[in-house]
Amino acid sequence: MNDWECVIGLEVHIQLATDSKIFSGASTAFGAEPNAQACLIDVALPGVLPVCNAEAVRMAVKFGLAIGATINRKSIFARKNYFYPDLPKGYQISQYEIPVVVGGSIQTSVDGEIQTVSITRAHLEEDAGKSLHEEFSDYTGIDLNRAGTPLLEIVSEPDIRSAAQAADYMRKLHSLVTYLEICDGNMQEGSLRCDANVSIRPRGQTKLGTRTELKNINSFRFVEKGIIAESKRQIEILENGGSIAQETRLYDPQKNVTRPMRSKEDAQDYRYFPDPDLPPLVLSKEFISSVQKTLPELPHERKQRFIGQLKLTEADATQLIQSRTTADFFEAALKQAPNNPKGIANWINVELASYLNKSNLSIGESKVGAETLGQIVARIDQGIISGRGGKELLAALWDNPRQSVDETIKTQGLKQSDNIDEISEYIDQVLQDYPEQVQQLRSGNQKLLGFFVGQIMKLSQGKANPKTVSGILRNKLGLM
Amino acid sequence: MRQFGPELSQIAQSLQNREFSSVELCNEYFRRISNNRELNAFITLDQEAAVSQAERIDEARTRSELGPLAGIPIAHKDIFCTKGVRTTCASKILSNFVPPYDATVVSRLNEANVISLGKTNMDEFAMGSSSEHSNYDPVKNPWDLSRVPGGSSGGSAVAVTAGLAAAATGTDTGGSVRQPAAMCGITGVKPSYGRVSRFGMIAFASSLDQAGVLTRSAQDAALLLDVICGFDPKDSTSLEIPPPDCMKHLEKPLEKLTIGVPEEYFTAGLDSSVGEIVQRALSEFESLGARLVNLNLPNSKAAIPCYYVIAPAEASSNLSRFDGVRYGYRSKSGEDIADMYRKTRGEGFGPEVHRRILIGTYVLSHGYYDAYYLQAQKIRRLISEDYKNAFEKCDLIMGPTTPTTAFPIGEKTSDPVLMYLNDIYTASVNLAGLPALSIPVGFDPVGLPVGLHVIAPYLQEAFLLRAAHQYQKATDYHLRVPGDNL
Repeated sequence: MNDWECVIGLEVHIQLATDSKIFSGASTAFGAEPNAQACLIDVALPGVLPVCNAEAVRMAVKFGLAIGATINRKSIFARKNYFYPDLPKGYQISQYEIPVVVGGSIQTSVDGEIQTVSITRAHLEEDAGKSLHEEFSDYTGIDLNRAGTPLLEIVSEPDIRSAAQAADYMRKLHSLVTYLEICDGNMQEGSLRCDANVSIRPRGQTKLGTRTELKNINSFRFVEKGIIAESKRQIEILENGGSIAQETRLYDPQKNVTRPMRSKEDAQDYRYFPDPDLPPLVLSKEFISSVQKTLPELPHERKQRFIGQLKLTEADATQLIQSRTTADFFEAALKQAPNNPKGIANWINVELASYLNKSNLSIGESKVGAETLGQIVARIDQGIISGRGGKELLAALWDNPRQSVDETIKTQGLKQSDNIDEISEYIDQVLQDYPEQVQQLRSGNQKLLGFFVGQIMKLSQGKANPKTVSGILRNKLGLM
Repeated sequence: MRQFGPELSQIAQSLQNREFSSVELCNEYFRRISNNRELNAFITLDQEAAVSQAERIDEARTRSELGPLAGIPIAHKDIFCTKGVRTTCASKILSNFVPPYDATVVSRLNEANVISLGKTNMDEFAMGSSSEHSNYDPVKNPWDLSRVPGGSSGGSAVAVTAGLAAAATGTDTGGSVRQPAAMCGITGVKPSYGRVSRFGMIAFASSLDQAGVLTRSAQDAALLLDVICGFDPKDSTSLEIPPPDCMKHLEKPLEKLTIGVPEEYFTAGLDSSVGEIVQRALSEFESLGARLVNLNLPNSKAAIPCYYVIAPAEASSNLSRFDGVRYGYRSKSGEDIADMYRKTRGEGFGPEVHRRILIGTYVLSHGYYDAYYLQAQKIRRLISEDYKNAFEKCDLIMGPTTPTTAFPIGEKTSDPVLMYLNDIYTASVNLAGLPALSIPVGFDPVGLPVGLHVIAPYLQEAFLLRAAHQYQKATDYHLRVPGDNL
């Protein structure tokens, strides 16, 4: 394996989060009855014409600016001609020779190693419909709801060197496009799909090997597993003296193998030519700079701020900026406990994350909101509840999210006790139970102080405020 | 009912004066249509809807003054989608297609209370110059039933010529409005590319297609153009500028008009009697105060080859949607999806459409694209440059619309290249996107009409129509009708 180098380039299609389609006014909402969202234009009735959705263009430009690309002031829509039942016009409108976005880059980090993946181009195009083969016994159904949904196809240079890096690249893209609010990032609904070009060459060789293309991968996990399976297959062939056939393949996640889809000989001639129905897409400097102004703080910028200003660890910050919703959640929670970013980060990345995982929810769907989570941390910091109490509080609020934090502290009896009489009783009890240790403590073994506080807390079932306990204890033993 | 002349503007006046009602007028046109079935001008008639629309308009007229076109019955080329009325494009593949929407041209005329009598016959998908390539049989020329009316808007031209409609819509991709207008002795206008919305007009070659009108006179055309021109947000190639307002400028006399006469339009291939009559028309313009200057359009020879690369290329892609999947004809014998496509398109399209799809597919194919399509685009720019240079020396360009008068049915169907040469003077205008028209200026020795081709600078429709109108005020060729057929 070490004698071989894997070379990967990815083509990622992201579905742009516009309300209407790229060339028609029909809705893009997911999950409607088949063909309920296919208008005259999507059905490609005779005589209909496309009109470009300005919002899709704005989103493409936003993406280009965010990755430091060049925005072409003039780009061209072209027709990609082929026959397929779910391609209503018999051609797909795409951008071919002159795309809207050229260049730029995305940074990946795998095991702490930061690498730059150059972007070749990103272009606007329309999605096709869906052929429904399973639903009917002796014919195929066509659903054109998805036909005309705006896509941005982001093509990388063959700069990626491992399956893990490919998966990270896709995660970084996912994070970026959701930050930019140009894609809903919903992988199950196909909002982000990828084709991977994979080739193998002997380590040290500059010439690229023959590549295969893995089509239609729609998860981070499958991109990684698919590339591993494909590169293993290719290495095996090369090591046995064979050669790689240039072809399109599919990854089968069940069997964890790739299988051929069509060979180069079957490659179609798409007869691209500029679409005469659409004038060149001309963008003014003013338009581009108006989009520039709408750019939010980008994931890597936010991460640097979290580390630099808020003193979070690299690991915590990385986890928080993974999605914009998580980072926003963190910052909203932080308002409740501004002095404890580390605590908030822990509670999101560890405690809340485990609840979310268990119930298979995203952070946006969390039953406990950012403000509530921030208040839990604040109450701990204020000494009103203990850390353990905080966990119980989160559990109670998760089941009953309508109740306020302070109310729940009351009803669950989580408030730490500052009642001196009560605490004194516990202390006296413990001092009585451990006479030897009292002796040792008195003779200067300060380490035992923690032991006593622990025992007293145990006796109070965690409700005694450890600070108060420690104060009274010292007092009683004359250790001030 | 009272007799009436052929001009739409006269008929409109009579309607406003209540000399006859719109219902009477519609019924009269339907009577003429049924008496002239052998012309084969129509594919689909819509008598019931037309008459009830006429009733509504007559009724409305009793309450208030209506617009100048209200109650006027016209015919639409069967390339424009009409809501609820079958639209075939003269093709078998759309023989059962009933659009759920109106083309913008149709809806604008509807809003002006214009009545649609029905849909006119044409060359299938507007591919042809004779109206012989129709799934619904050839159209015949009212001046001589053994001859073609020109094409592709032949049915529309014949409907106007034979008095079967007050006017008709057409489309012009390489001459399809002007050429049949010339061969039928009427007025046919193609506006600048982008003036009229293409929405709902079944596409042949998107960068060349433009809706136009076929009428008796330039004045009639002006009335209609003022309604159909104008920006349409549904067509990205429609121009976002104010419409030309042709009527407003019509009556201004011609002063110091300079007419450019391209040498290339009077060479071999031009029928000598057509040439003489066109020369005479130019002299008539001179007597109206115009000055003639000779000029050259050096790249005009390349226009036909250039056109026959670009138009089929776009057509091959535009016609891909006719696949039998969602609407239209579908072959019943397809064994799998590829076979269904093959048979549906093989059976659904006629031979001329096949030919152009094959040419278009070829010129866009990998390895040929640069040599054909890209090269044709370069020539297209050179042709535009030719016109730009010419219009520095003149205000209008004039010449023959067609090299010959109407030819016998069947004469050129077996020789496509000969047929393509019919568009030799007209196609370059579409390549350059300019406005142009054809007006009748006389008859050849056997009594067939001859058309004068007038080309104006980009967006100068008002000026173009004004020149034609001033000529028609001084002459009466535009009022001549093939008498026996009425």
